[in-house]
Amino acid sequence: MGDVLLVLAVFLACAVEATEALTIVLAVGVSRGWRSAVQGVIAGLVLLAVVVVALGPALTYVPLNALRLLVGGLLLVFGLGWLRKAILRASGLKSLHDEEAIYAREVVAARAAGRTGKLFVSDWYAFTLSFKGVVLEGLEVVFIVITFGANQGRIALAALGAALAVGLVTVAGFAVRGPLARVPENQLKFAVGVLLTSFGIFWGAEGAGAQWPGGDAALPVVIVVVLGTALGLTALVRRSGDRQSAPGSALRATS
Amino acid sequence: MNRLGSVSRGLRAFGAFWWDFIVGDDWRVAVGVVLAFAVTALLAHRGVSAWWVMPVAVLAILAASVLSAARAARRPSADGSAVGG
Repeated sequence: MGDVLLVLAVFLACAVEATEALTIVLAVGVSRGWRSAVQGVIAGLVLLAVVVVALGPALTYVPLNALRLLVGGLLLVFGLGWLRKAILRASGLKSLHDEEAIYAREVVAARAAGRTGKLFVSDWYAFTLSFKGVVLEGLEVVFIVITFGANQGRIALAALGAALAVGLVTVAGFAVRGPLARVPENQLKFAVGVLLTSFGIFWGAEGAGAQWPGGDAALPVVIVVVLGTALGLTALVRRSGDRQSAPGSALRATS
Repeated sequence: MNRLGSVSRGLRAFGAFWWDFIVGDDWRVAVGVVLAFAVTALLAHRGVSAWWVMPVAVLAILAASVLSAARAARRPSADGSAVGG
């Protein structure tokens, strides 16, 4: 049960971030050529791999309760951030993530930018944009893989979930030759937020010295409670918005 | 002097990146999580059942953060438009 949830959480989080990174890389590759864009992707993946290799084994030396506290804390701040944005999006107070619009914006910006070469890279703009896209979208996933994996003693399993997601998104992206607008990113982010927050509550409480009634069987109950609260908050915010939004009042999406 | 300035800017950007990465949009969430851990540890250390503290605290933090962001998004600005939060 724990392993299934672990792989599911890592797979979903990674699929969302990979979809966002793919949009940036596709926009750069299509508008400026693939050579420097792919170099940027490879450099970004190497940096992320170095972070996993350096931090993953180091975490196994941390005492279990301290590790659970650290992992619980990180998952909670990440999870609550994802969930907060997902609730605001689902209740209409924040614009939905739109890969096609982002792709169009990136293509326009990439076509307008000048071309300079540095070191072994012929197009520095394409290289840095791809590199930043991969690193920035991937860093959070790396932390999720490391923390989930180290805490369960299953870094390889967590990494497998991440690799499956990246592979699937990459193949799908190149098959449709465009941004994956049909991936239900906003719903996935809601689900990932619920899972990260639930694992954060569960492991964080254990790390702080608490004991769950029923042991590991308490985790699914925590997930259901977090999901119910998130859905309830979405409905509450949406309903209070409906009451306030008289004709003519303007609600704008938040960033 | 210029070199010192660029190092200082680099350090600030590095700090800002990690602050944004770890703490995110609402610093009160991170503070609330740390306080919830502290209360749980204190109760557990005294032999009191403490498993309930984290779910209650985290869901209260989530509700407060979402409702605060929703209020900020609906608040009209001085020019009459709505404000993003």
